Amino acid sequence: MSITDLDLYGQAILLLAGLITLTSFLMLGQSRLPRLVMIFAVQGWLLAAATSLAAAVLDYPHLYVSAAMTLGLKGLLIPILLQRLMLRLGLHREMDTLTHPASVMMGGTSLVIFSYYVSLPVIAHSPLVTLNAIAVSLAVVLLGMLLMITRRQAVAHVVGFMSIENGLFFAAVVATYGMPMVVELGIAFDVLVAAVVFGVFFFQINDSIDSLNVDQLNKLSEVEP
Amino acid sequence: MSAVYALFGVTLGGMALLAWRGAGPHSGIINLRCNALALLAAMWLAGDVLLNGPQLSAGGLLYIDSFNVYLVALTAFVGLTTAIFSNPYMAHERELGRLTGRRLRLYHSMYQGFMLAMYVVLTTNNMGVMWVAMEGATLATVLLVSLYRTPESVEAAWKYFILCGVGIAQALFGTVLLFFAAEQKLGVGGDALHWTVLNQNAALLDPAIMSLAFVFLLVGYGTKMGLVPLHNWLPDAHSEGPTPMSAILSGLLLNDALYAVVRCKMLVDGALGTHLAGNLMMGFGLVSFLVAALFLHRQTDIKRLFSYSSIEHMGLMTFAFGVGGPWATFAALFHMTTHSLTKSAIFVTVGHAAQLAGTQRMDRIRGLILTQPAIGWGLLMGTAAIAGFPPFGVFASEFLVLVATMREYPWLTPLLLLGIGLAFAGLFRNVQPMVYGDVPEGQKPIVANLWPVALHLAIVLGLGLAIPAFLGDWFNQATQLITGMAP
Repeated sequence: MSITDLDLYGQAILLLAGLITLTSFLMLGQSRLPRLVMIFAVQGWLLAAATSLAAAVLDYPHLYVSAAMTLGLKGLLIPILLQRLMLRLGLHREMDTLTHPASVMMGGTSLVIFSYYVSLPVIAHSPLVTLNAIAVSLAVVLLGMLLMITRRQAVAHVVGFMSIENGLFFAAVVATYGMPMVVELGIAFDVLVAAVVFGVFFFQINDSIDSLNVDQLNKLSEVEP
Repeated sequence: MSAVYALFGVTLGGMALLAWRGAGPHSGIINLRCNALALLAAMWLAGDVLLNGPQLSAGGLLYIDSFNVYLVALTAFVGLTTAIFSNPYMAHERELGRLTGRRLRLYHSMYQGFMLAMYVVLTTNNMGVMWVAMEGATLATVLLVSLYRTPESVEAAWKYFILCGVGIAQALFGTVLLFFAAEQKLGVGGDALHWTVLNQNAALLDPAIMSLAFVFLLVGYGTKMGLVPLHNWLPDAHSEGPTPMSAILSGLLLNDALYAVVRCKMLVDGALGTHLAGNLMMGFGLVSFLVAALFLHRQTDIKRLFSYSSIEHMGLMTFAFGVGGPWATFAALFHMTTHSLTKSAIFVTVGHAAQLAGTQRMDRIRGLILTQPAIGWGLLMGTAAIAGFPPFGVFASEFLVLVATMREYPWLTPLLLLGIGLAFAGLFRNVQPMVYGDVPEGQKPIVANLWPVALHLAIVLGLGLAIPAFLGDWFNQATQLITGMAP
């Protein structure tokens, strides 16, 4: 089946899925923190666009609410919060060092292939759009983890963490047409509280080690030092 | 059902009240009374279920059966006894200047917040809400781990937050897959995430999707449970936070995460008809059990020692649920109770011991039994109980696990015996010098309230001698629910 056989909705969702994966890769390669946060905001907008598209075409009005929440939380509030925190902590000019950028990108590519490989048997009887949605969201989750593993800055960890949530949310929207409302509200609440707690932690870590380089958090070990 | 609403109401009210007055001189008492009211509500609920059987709320959002009702009662009980301990303990910490009023308010309010999250995890019927509440429990406790603001505690809290946050995100992916599998067969609708609906239609669900979903759910909730190799956050968070926190994390949170995994296992077993879920749980459980038993030998911090012991016991329970069959499942349910009671008693004693010695380093804690016999005996008895000495309840449940393993997988019994032996040695080589040993100069008795410890250990001892009829009935019914067979 080729992509032109799909209806316009399917094609648009696939385009958005591709763009969301692209933003994940852009984040992996971005060493400037303010731009990293900006790309994260763009990912939020794309996600909100996919959600409202699904709401309009498939006629699930409750998805409009989740689209609005995604746009408000992930597209605006959290990025603005992060930018302001970076300004206050004087991190806006800081560069995060990227070690082995080429290998990280190659690793990211193999994670995407791996996600498709894992999803293939699962979606054997489902339409192409669902296969891509599950595979792409798994890829975004894994790329978010890769981002957290390769970075040293606490801000980058938060962005990776939130981007993992974005990936999960994409799967929920495209494969299952949104979770039940009570669950979506709960998840949005958790994300909001998590964002606030992250903000509190920035100050605590900054007070404790005078920087946000979490590599310096190395006092605790599994066994006696 | 009104009992559940009363339970939520009391905890939510307590959370709001303590967010407002949590720094005052009576805040510890308020916290204690809220927990006492919650225990009353839980007893009411237990009585209701005992008389009228399983109940589903009107919207299908809450579901109580014999599997979760005893955990609700256990949670409320441990919550209350820990609050009794926490009252003088936190006052003492404030006198030492380790805490300010604002932090004490945060602590008290979040204590109730954590209890609320636990009650929601246990009573909800919606797998999505269960996930939300589990994440809520992380969010409620993460700022408490860094309550003392030492560099170590900030590091532990950050590690806890990141690892558990990422881990639990896997469980959300599993939940989405579960919902996806259900919607394919049951149609797009609101109740496809309800556990009762899923359980009724489990045989219809696509096995390929369900097995993938279970892997993610096990990794996700397994992170919260401290399964090796996802356990790194657990000893740090337990050792650096305030001791009452360690007691409820170890006694309640780990149990509830295991509860979530078992609920998911029941669905997957129904869909697959194979032993895949059980095998995965056995593997993870056995590795956790053995690795944690080895790590017990290399610890220097008393709270880290007992958190590794928690990992070891969670591993054993996961293994037992994985073995499946009525015997092992009964043993695992029983072990959840005995471990939870014993471990929270131990953490209470350890908190007093650390205050007495002024340090958590085991090489500087000495002569407890001479300085303050109650604390020394408490620690000794608690350790004896958790190491599986007869006639304590932990012995009975561990023995049942062994017997069940011998019936189903005889070749795994030597590994279990090895782990139990290792853990025994690891605990006693560290505890014995602390309890006996010479008293350091200037070590004086402190004000300590040890009757929660005595009560817990007495119950564990009683359970080791005889299980009360109503509890036995609940365990039997829960076993039948989980395995489909009567023990």
